[in-house]
Amino acid sequence: MRTKLSLFIMAILMVIVSSVSAQDTVTIKWWHINTNTAEGAFWQTIADEFVAANPGVTIEITVLENEAFKSRLFTVMQSGEAPDLFQSWGGGVLWEFAEAGLLRNIAPELDANDGEWRNSFSAQAALNLFELDGESYGVPWTWGAVGMFYNKALFEQAGLDPENPPATWEEFVAAIEALKEAGITPISLGGKDKWPGHFWWVYAAIRLGGQEAFLNAYNRTGSFADEPFVKAGEYVQSLVDMGAFPENFMALTYGDQFTLTANGGAAMELMGQWSPGNYNNVVEGGLGDDLGWFPFPMIPDGLGNPGDVLGGGDGYAVGANAPDATIDFLKYLTSVDVQRRAAEVWVIPTVGEAEDVVTDNPVFASIIKARNEAPYFQLYYDQFLPPALGGEVNDAVESLLAGLATPEETAARIEDMASFELED
Amino acid sequence: MSLVNTRNLSEVKLAEDQIRRDKRTTSLRKWLTVAFFVVPGMAVFTIFVLNPIAQSVRYSFYDWNGLGPLTDYQEFGNYERLFAHDVFIKSVQHTLVIMSLSLLIQLPVALAVALSVSRGALPGRRAFRALLFIPYVFSEIITAIIWLYVLHPNDGLVNTVLGSLVTDYKNQAWLGADLVLYSVFAVLVWKYFGFYMILYMASIQNVPKDLEEAARMDGATELGVLRHITVPLMGPTIRLTIYLAIVGSIQQFAIIWILTTGGGINNSAQVISTYLYKYGLQRFKPGYGSAIAVVLFVFTFAFSILYQQFIMRRDYED
Repeated sequence: MRTKLSLFIMAILMVIVSSVSAQDTVTIKWWHINTNTAEGAFWQTIADEFVAANPGVTIEITVLENEAFKSRLFTVMQSGEAPDLFQSWGGGVLWEFAEAGLLRNIAPELDANDGEWRNSFSAQAALNLFELDGESYGVPWTWGAVGMFYNKALFEQAGLDPENPPATWEEFVAAIEALKEAGITPISLGGKDKWPGHFWWVYAAIRLGGQEAFLNAYNRTGSFADEPFVKAGEYVQSLVDMGAFPENFMALTYGDQFTLTANGGAAMELMGQWSPGNYNNVVEGGLGDDLGWFPFPMIPDGLGNPGDVLGGGDGYAVGANAPDATIDFLKYLTSVDVQRRAAEVWVIPTVGEAEDVVTDNPVFASIIKARNEAPYFQLYYDQFLPPALGGEVNDAVESLLAGLATPEETAARIEDMASFELED
Repeated sequence: MSLVNTRNLSEVKLAEDQIRRDKRTTSLRKWLTVAFFVVPGMAVFTIFVLNPIAQSVRYSFYDWNGLGPLTDYQEFGNYERLFAHDVFIKSVQHTLVIMSLSLLIQLPVALAVALSVSRGALPGRRAFRALLFIPYVFSEIITAIIWLYVLHPNDGLVNTVLGSLVTDYKNQAWLGADLVLYSVFAVLVWKYFGFYMILYMASIQNVPKDLEEAARMDGATELGVLRHITVPLMGPTIRLTIYLAIVGSIQQFAIIWILTTGGGINNSAQVISTYLYKYGLQRFKPGYGSAIAVVLFVFTFAFSILYQQFIMRRDYED
């Protein structure tokens, strides 16, 4: 009886002690979307390292698939409880959260020690996308550019110079014709997922109208029905008419798209920096040395600069009620050491000192160069613009690619939504 | 006599008082009992049904992104935008198409199959019945994903089978702009057909056999028996299924959403419910979405009340 009683008392004491020590610990709630096994495992390692080095801190990781993440984040945001640290692409969506007071301003930490942390980033254009009215809400940890991934072996097979990819629209069209004649599908595209298709229209508009046309339309001094946006549609349509895309491409998904490229079923693909990772998942080693990259070709009489870039990447934003340890952890995530190690898995470093890891990777090196030197860096429309407008761009371009809308109708449809969404 | 009467009278009076007192306590007790059963249900209904409806009505007058307080009052701006948006008009039309098809094709066919399965002595009809009912058991998401594979334009089952049967067959984009609405309808029939069939079969069981026998004795043909005895006696069930089919086509969301990835190319299969989700929630416009929901609610509610009042009422009354 006595032993039972003392055991009971001990048990109660243990509960009290453990709850006291639980009060001392800080928990960081971290939501990321890296469902890929290697990437998820890497983040887990980083979290474990940070927890080991900082007693009293625990990190609660929630891994969500991209679309599931977006809808679930929106739900918790409506209840006013942001995760402490979560995936963000910057731009319009992030700014809506910031305006609602759901994010924590980390500008003081970025600017501490003469802006030590802020200046460590080479991707400054990316950093700006996490700012609004002088406040900062997050930082990018991988950032790149959308461009043309191509298969050098297939180029050679079609009698094209693999080391001298097309730079102008004429050369690009000539390459498409040559590939078709050699019986090779020129460009892989998964039209069903909409966003891979919208890159084509947006990039053509960037080359045709440059930053000015976009800013005019965005600030409502111009319109998305202006000439560059209509002409962008005509260029996209001409590719469809040429038969540049696979058979029934409007029914293919993005998964079908990169699988086709990885298996050598198509010669080119307009896509972002994550493509090589996807090729590796399909075929061990991906396309290897056959993989090349070139910027979107320049269009004759275009007002844009051939160096202008459409792109984006991933960052982490900090929730309004995040404990201070969150910012320390974010600093650790974007430290040179972690960036270097992450680059070995899939990341294109945003921190200048870590960029040297990709020197033996010509594809990543050209992407970093394009990203850092772009005179005008445009974030993906569907992240930069208000969600209703970004979504409409994707839908309208889908109809254009499917041959269900003319270039004029496409531009008019986007402008119709813009006139509602960009009133102020 | 009179004594007895007086006594009786006073007794009666006493008894009446007693009864009145009893009545008061019973009526109080009765009310307490009613309250005991009704209040929890009523509370849940108020908090989780009436309250959200009221909130939606309120939100529908604001331009709101779902975050932070309501500040941008729009009067009827959301409603004006809604009725001026060609995609919304399209989605109403598509909803009506699916509704009409399910009334004109799905229900009659389900009725015909139910009649033939329960009346004829078909061999293996039990297995047949089970087979037709299985799809109803599947979850909607699983159904939609299975059919995504079946209808895949390049290597889907339908195109492969047709390709091997028909010479010079060209692969059809079953979920492309031209066919998607009908493909979606076919999948909905496949999924819900079994449900209506089972309802009809249960109803056939309740038709008195002696009435049918009597009609036959009087020289009615099999068709005559069906037309004048069996089907009229299934009236309550048929009226119920019509109601379910109409409300079901308005509410149908998951299968259409997944099969068409958000309404199909050029909104070729956009229906009201998918329009609501896409333009209201997915694009961060809950204020606008609430306006859509209010319109949908008013329509469904009015329809339900009218249908219950004028068509189904006789089925409830003894």
